[in-house]
Amino acid sequence: MAEIQIKNIAKSFGAFQALNDINLTIADQEFMVLLGASGCGKSTLLRIIAGLEVASSGEVWIGGKRIDHLSPKDRGIAMVFQNYAVFPHLTVFENIGFGLRMKKLPNDEVTRRVERVAGLMHIEMLLKRYSGELSGGQRQRVAVARALAMEPDVILMDEPLSNLDALLRMEMRAELKGVLAESKTTAIYVTHDQVEAMSMADRISVMHQGDIVQAASPIEVYRDPAAKFVASFIGNPPMNFLPAKPAGPSKWQVAGQTFDGPNTDKAVLQFAIRPEDMQPAEQGLVATAKIVEPLGAHLLVTCQIGDALFRVILDSDAVVKPGQSLTLAPQPDRVRWFDPDTTLAVA
Amino acid sequence: MTDAAVNDVSVDTRKSGRFLYGASVVFLCAWVIVPIYFLLINTLSSPETVNSFPKPFIPEFDFGSLQFFAGFSGMLTALKNSVIVALLTMIMSIIIGAPAGYALSRFDFPGKGLFRMLILLTRAFPLPLLALPLAVMFIQTGLDDTAFGLALVHTTLAIPFAVLITFSLFSGIPIELEEAAWTLGCTRLTAFTKVVLPLILPGITASAIFAFVISWNEVFAAAVLTIENRTLTAFLLQNLDTSPLHLKFAGGFILVVPALIFIFAVRKYLFAMWGIANR
Repeated sequence: MAEIQIKNIAKSFGAFQALNDINLTIADQEFMVLLGASGCGKSTLLRIIAGLEVASSGEVWIGGKRIDHLSPKDRGIAMVFQNYAVFPHLTVFENIGFGLRMKKLPNDEVTRRVERVAGLMHIEMLLKRYSGELSGGQRQRVAVARALAMEPDVILMDEPLSNLDALLRMEMRAELKGVLAESKTTAIYVTHDQVEAMSMADRISVMHQGDIVQAASPIEVYRDPAAKFVASFIGNPPMNFLPAKPAGPSKWQVAGQTFDGPNTDKAVLQFAIRPEDMQPAEQGLVATAKIVEPLGAHLLVTCQIGDALFRVILDSDAVVKPGQSLTLAPQPDRVRWFDPDTTLAVA
Repeated sequence: MTDAAVNDVSVDTRKSGRFLYGASVVFLCAWVIVPIYFLLINTLSSPETVNSFPKPFIPEFDFGSLQFFAGFSGMLTALKNSVIVALLTMIMSIIIGAPAGYALSRFDFPGKGLFRMLILLTRAFPLPLLALPLAVMFIQTGLDDTAFGLALVHTTLAIPFAVLITFSLFSGIPIELEEAAWTLGCTRLTAFTKVVLPLILPGITASAIFAFVISWNEVFAAAVLTIENRTLTAFLLQNLDTSPLHLKFAGGFILVVPALIFIFAVRKYLFAMWGIANR
């Protein structure tokens, strides 16, 4: 059992506050992705869990044991680094077996475990090579194999795929997900790539300026963003926003149209909808098409509603010309509302 | 002006530029190589040829001069002293310099910039300025005329280079390699011995050899601080006015060759010290 509890973790570098009071519980065998733009504190949080960075305050517990005062080697973790950190002076075999040798395991046990994880990562034929003779993707596999060979309680990954080219990244993404699910370890995975996060995670923690804005399943983060930041960070293109004014109880007026909305006494709200949740219709928001981008699978149209730019994804058979007027109906159950003051979602 | 004329001008400039470049290269090479070549010819000639005129341009491969050199009273002792002092310098400058280089590359501490400056500053004082007070102090402490005392002074001269070379070497080793080792069961010390040390050993060797050469070539402190236990440089300097020409050539040759070979062997790391990538 390796449940991870992060309690009130804060970290400052001089005057810069990298993390403010982070609280997060990661269940045993859960695949948690920390997602955020660079500088949001996600790597710092990971390094604090690993013991490579010391928190200014707070506690880290793994499997019911407080570990934040222990050195990295005593925490039951293994880590995969962004630049792989494969030791150049050792063969692939010795790299994977490095941690096992440090544990003073008998030779045949080391060989057994190295061969098992090498098989898992499909690098059996590289065991005698040195890191200088490997491609980036192969090095990456060695780094993951080395972490898996430790049979750790928790595996920590710091943007492990970001140095690979796009095609390889997609391939490794799926493979890594499978291997980790099979290994039954708890995993924390740091990335700035939302596609990676969505496709791999059991749960995503979206981080922004040293805070966790939302920690939820990928689909929940996508459908029900807890804050405007999440709505505009996740999704490509991101959510659309339009100002809304009250028009009676639970009624809101958006660009001349009236929608059912939350029952609050706010003077202004923001209406939000994903680009793919709009359809051309008889009645709806009236928009002027500005830019039309045929993307093959669908048609991306950037249009204008009032002062605001608004993106919609239409079927690739749709015929739209710049300057053309469109009437777009939002799918009612996909409309979300945000409070512009707190930037939080309003139900 | 027509296009052809423009082209002619640019071709002319390019030609003369290339000539200037070639000439400079030849000149600079000659500047370094010609004296060393004369040294070689005269060393490998018999004493008679050395003292005659005109000199040959091809060495005779006569070992008379070198034999005379080896037989000269005190010369071999001086050579031995040189080696001992240089070895001591090498060991001390690495023991002191490498940890300083590691600290500079891996830790942030207040006064880091100042520390780096101060290291370089030890080279700012002319040795004659330091040698006399040092001589007095060494006589008071009994360090005068010992190989260890001289090695101390040479270590001071070599340390800036040892620190800077090892600093750049340690900086070239990604911290993630050490961090990976820590997460794989290493302490700070075992991560160093199992990961960093094997990677850095060639560079440390280079820095040690450079310290050796600095000590090997140093004359002034050696001449002031030793009397009985002279190093080869100091010994040759002492006998400069009385020794025959072929002895000077042979001595010069014996001094230059190891330094040349060593510097050539470690040139890659010296470039690294100056931040020039040479891969």
